[in-house]
Amino acid sequence: MIVFIIKRLVVAIPVLLILIVCTFVLMYAAPGSPFATERGIPPAVLANLQAQYGLDQPFHMQIWRYITGVVTEFDFGPSFIYRDQDVNSLIAQGFPVTLTYGFWSFLVAVVVGGALGILAAVRHNTWLDYLAVGISIGAQVLPNFVLAPILVLTFTLWLGWLPGGGWQGGQWQFVILPVIALSTSFMASIARISRASMLEVLTSNYIRTARAKGLPMRRVIFRHALKPALLPVISYLGPAFVGMITGSVVIDIYFSTGGIGQFFVASALNRDYGVMMGITILLGALTIFFNLLVDVLYAWIDPKIRY
Amino acid sequence: MALLDVTDLTVSFDTPDGVVKAVNGMNLTLNAGDSLAIVGESGSGKTQLAFAILGLLAKNGTAAGSVRFDGQEILNLPEAKLNAIRANEIAMIFQDPMTSLNPFMRVGDQMAEVLMLHKGTSKRQALDESAKMLDAVRIPDARARLRMYPHEFSGGMRQRIMAAMALLCRPKLLIADEPTTALDVTVQNQIMNLMAEIQRDFGTALILITHDLAIVAGSCLETLVMYGGRVMEIGATDDVFEAPSHPYTLGLLKAVPRLDVPQDKLQTIPGDPPDLTALPPGCPFSPRCPASHEPCLQAMPSLEGFGTGRIRACHAALEAVV
Repeated sequence: MIVFIIKRLVVAIPVLLILIVCTFVLMYAAPGSPFATERGIPPAVLANLQAQYGLDQPFHMQIWRYITGVVTEFDFGPSFIYRDQDVNSLIAQGFPVTLTYGFWSFLVAVVVGGALGILAAVRHNTWLDYLAVGISIGAQVLPNFVLAPILVLTFTLWLGWLPGGGWQGGQWQFVILPVIALSTSFMASIARISRASMLEVLTSNYIRTARAKGLPMRRVIFRHALKPALLPVISYLGPAFVGMITGSVVIDIYFSTGGIGQFFVASALNRDYGVMMGITILLGALTIFFNLLVDVLYAWIDPKIRY
Repeated sequence: MALLDVTDLTVSFDTPDGVVKAVNGMNLTLNAGDSLAIVGESGSGKTQLAFAILGLLAKNGTAAGSVRFDGQEILNLPEAKLNAIRANEIAMIFQDPMTSLNPFMRVGDQMAEVLMLHKGTSKRQALDESAKMLDAVRIPDARARLRMYPHEFSGGMRQRIMAAMALLCRPKLLIADEPTTALDVTVQNQIMNLMAEIQRDFGTALILITHDLAIVAGSCLETLVMYGGRVMEIGATDDVFEAPSHPYTLGLLKAVPRLDVPQDKLQTIPGDPPDLTALPPGCPFSPRCPASHEPCLQAMPSLEGFGTGRIRACHAALEAVV
């Protein structure tokens, strides 16, 4: 197992390098410039700026400087837009925010979704089942950019219970709405997946064996059926994680939470090469790490999987 | 008093295609320590009979009639009361050993929980007992095997584990539902020997459900032939095999491939097993029966005793069945 983890981490290095090169080439090829303004700037000033950021050098020199900077000093370079800020400090500012509501969203999606799905399966074809299925279908067809305004309308404007935006260092009132908006559709997917898989597990022969042993239903479900029923949910966690990263962009913009999603979009629009590259690499690394985590979890649950 | 007394048991399932009548008025008795084979084609209701006794029917199934075990009515008992009987008094071994053990749990944990539940033993004690029982069903190196998962065992080994698990609480009745179907012939033989040993050593009554007549001959005192969810005949195994009293039994016996006579084609009983959603009003076997005549189409023949402890349900005269 440990060998497997080390192997996967070693493989992650070339994958990240490829990611860096691809992103760099794409950014280089994209038209526009971080210094373009509507009025235009004098050519002498532009030349100075380009020289300062190293944009006047040939492509291979630029990419070499970037990669050596990242590898040797963990330096992701300066932001091309935010004056006196480098990429590291921007990420240090935004990432904890994203991580906080991302973590809670993930937890809510898995726990609530899983519980809902399993409850629905155990009470198959009762009103509880229909209710759970209804909720999850409803939740799934609501994209977060529609759900977010509905939430703000309801809880901020009508009820006045929760603030409609801002972060304030992550006080709980400010976290709730972003978490609901981000987690709902994933919660719904997980509910549907876990319901379907629990229903299937409950008809399997080994569950009948467990019942024939005289185990009470509660024990049959928690000891015998839960693990196998959760396997499909775990394989969904990888894609769900990526989906949440994408979703965080909407959340940051809608709730002005100040996470990295906000910088991500802004950097793409402004051609802020440094920030764009930095966030891409961060999210890439996170995705790799998360998929590794999912694989480890898989092996932990299913004894047939041994690395 | 009989250990198990099944009277007028019916099992039916509500399905989108109509009501499937799997068991239609079954009667059987079994004394403590005795062994009974229930034979019949697939779909004759053997397995559902067993499931009904243990209350393991699928959700759309209903059972009616009476099942008395040890003097107590156990049919349709509430789940909590049934749970006290399952594995503790009546244990069951299932058809497919490859899928009947939980692939996500260690064998030791699956076995130990039975004792912890029914006998309230500690986990350590339960594991000790489990190891002894694995030893008894001849699984080598039992202690170490407790820590293994089902996929690390062969099919035959898994069926031994199922048997060991079923015996942990020393049940009075063991129901083995086609315990050898999924296994190859040599392993079948080992498992059948094991069943015989279990019966002898533990004094457990045994119901062996099978469609394989070859394994019945040496293993059970009595044989019950079942068709369309009804009893066709019951008798001592030797008698039934030597002098079948029912055309269906005769057909089954003729269908057993023989090695001592040259045979081009395998013998079969013409026709298909009955459609359980639309059983004929008379004998369910009548559409396929060579001895079928007018009364067979009108009414189900009643069970009548004859000879020494034999029972048959057939309108045809005994002499006509040859």
